[in-house]
Amino acid sequence: MADKNLLLGDEALALGALHAGLSGVFAYPGTPSTEITEFIQLHPLAAQRKVHRDWSSNEKTAMEGALGMSYAGKRALVCMKHVGMNVCADPFMGSAMTGANGGLVIAACDDPSMHSSQNEQDSRFYGAFAMMPVFEPSSQQETYEMVRAAFDYSEKRGIPVLMRLTTRMAHSRAVVESGTSVREQNELKYPDNPRQWVTLPVNARVRNRQLIKDYAAFEEDAATSRFNFLRDGADKSLGIIACGIAYNYLMENFPEGCPYPVLKVSQYPFPRPLARQLAASCQTLLVLEEGQPLVEERLKGVFDTGITVHGRLDETVPRDGELTPDAVRAALGLPALEQHPASEVVAPRPPALCQGCGHRDFFTALNQVLKDYEGARVFGDIGCYTLGWMPPFHSLHTCVEMGASVTMAIGSAYSGTYPAVAVIGDSTFTHSGMTGLLDAVNGKADITVCISDNLTTGMTGGQDSAGTGRLEAICEGLGVEKEHIRTIVPLPKNYPEMEQVIREEIEYHGVSVIISRRECIQTLRRHASKK
Amino acid sequence: MKQDIILAGVGGQGILSIATVIGSAALEQGLYLKQAEVHGMSQRGGDVQSNLRLSSDPIYSDLIPKGGADLIVSLEPMEALRYLPYLSREGWVITNTAPFVNIPDYPEMDKVMAGLDSLPRVVALDVDTMAKDLGSPRGANMVLLGAMAAVLHILEPEKLREGIRRIFARKGDAVVASNIKAFDAGLAFSQNRK
Repeated sequence: MADKNLLLGDEALALGALHAGLSGVFAYPGTPSTEITEFIQLHPLAAQRKVHRDWSSNEKTAMEGALGMSYAGKRALVCMKHVGMNVCADPFMGSAMTGANGGLVIAACDDPSMHSSQNEQDSRFYGAFAMMPVFEPSSQQETYEMVRAAFDYSEKRGIPVLMRLTTRMAHSRAVVESGTSVREQNELKYPDNPRQWVTLPVNARVRNRQLIKDYAAFEEDAATSRFNFLRDGADKSLGIIACGIAYNYLMENFPEGCPYPVLKVSQYPFPRPLARQLAASCQTLLVLEEGQPLVEERLKGVFDTGITVHGRLDETVPRDGELTPDAVRAALGLPALEQHPASEVVAPRPPALCQGCGHRDFFTALNQVLKDYEGARVFGDIGCYTLGWMPPFHSLHTCVEMGASVTMAIGSAYSGTYPAVAVIGDSTFTHSGMTGLLDAVNGKADITVCISDNLTTGMTGGQDSAGTGRLEAICEGLGVEKEHIRTIVPLPKNYPEMEQVIREEIEYHGVSVIISRRECIQTLRRHASKK
Repeated sequence: MKQDIILAGVGGQGILSIATVIGSAALEQGLYLKQAEVHGMSQRGGDVQSNLRLSSDPIYSDLIPKGGADLIVSLEPMEALRYLPYLSREGWVITNTAPFVNIPDYPEMDKVMAGLDSLPRVVALDVDTMAKDLGSPRGANMVLLGAMAAVLHILEPEKLREGIRRIFARKGDAVVASNIKAFDAGLAFSQNRK
């Protein structure tokens, strides 16, 4: 008998993977993907089966770990937020060349509208780029079932599968029926095509030609996939292509059923044969897709085919931001529902650092010292402390991607910036700040790296941080002089001492590291209530 | 039958504890449910909302369209006003009146209250004080849940009480009892106001 639970899309994916016979999940936390790994970490079946489920240092090490598990014949899942795909792009692209042995699924959670991200990149492009199939579920139940189908497909076709979720699927809960079939894990079994796993040019050229052929087969598979379908409608004045959760917003607007023919797409490569069938009866098409206009761009030709394609490119649907039932309603030409006027008294309430947070005390002390240095530039990084850009602190000048604080400070220092200060969190430092620090040591850069160490990965809810308790040793090992690795405790009573240490290290013309260490107050509270 | 609810508040106030009880009751009743949550950066003291949809028939969209919400339920009065464009013409606003001031330009309180008073269907109550007076200061969310139960026709109050019992069972009988008491106080307030 099936279990019925209220699950987030992330949790449905996690449970589906466990029930499909998962042997390991490899991930670095990132909104909106974090709950996939957390669900597996807490699930009794994962403990019973000894599923690997520790956090990885970053998405690249995660992807490589999973690829190693697939090489050994077992099923592996990699999870990340969309920008994590950039971090693991090298092994991701490589994994299309090696192919998969044990089932390998990469779950990328995109964040259109940038609820908690720095861009809106659409991971489906990575699938096409690598010539890899992409699965994009439209409901939580489908997510649960689709991840098993993705593992099966991966093993059948010998290719990793990219599974793409977006925020409103990842972080939305619905009733999911599960557990009628719980599959065993795979046994250790090495690939029967060993040459393919050594991507020397002599092997890779052969593999590349095979992959090009396979990609055509993936498209045929997509055209007959149970996750894609073409449903006829009486009104042929419009044909609609709805991808992933866009299908939900479409159907929301037609409670009695959609009058137009609809092609629902949840498996890629984009099934062109189905689109041709749709266009045979409809001269005007509307493409609804969450994210960037991937399908729309493929349909919009250079030549006049007599078929008109509407979507994000002509702003029938807004060019940016996530889809909403309202945006889709407008694109369908339906009038908006009657609504209350917006209130005029409401003030914006942006996110802010928690009261009592150590990052606050660090920024207060840093600002005080930098008042005396007119040319100071502070290079920020990704985490809660990015909020140090906001009032009342205004402490940061840049924030780009994970680890960029250290390396941008180096480049700016080489250009004459003084003082060049990097501010990076402990987890971001071990994610991708360490290699930059090695560059700084080798290049004798005049920078001050401040690691605001709250002993956790804070922004995503307090996951383990890879270097906890070892940051001084790591910095020393990378070659920072021991006397220029300083530790401070960010508390108001320590401001004089903190300011003195910051000033001394700015005055030192070489690489210095200041570790400002105090536990995240959110995890501190949680630890206290557990006791 | 279907009811669409926007739960609103400030990150850290715990709007999801209300959703958890409703979710448990809905699951038990065999209702369809979709609940879009907010995680990540916006949880850090910013405005947060959750779209909670309950229906006897399958639900497609995870998000409620503008003008589609039957209820706005808010732990903070200004946050209740933020989502007015989502409220249907016949919709109810059930809100806490105790402001959460963590921004320098929080509007004058009488303007906020005037905005609420101008709505045709509103239940406004100070759930913080009510919970304190009941001796369970952590039960404020359950006072609000009780207040909304008066207009949440898709789930009977007793089903929500059962939900509270299930969710808080592992914390012991005393916690369950104080949460039920908080729930009943909110329900009574709302029924008298309606």
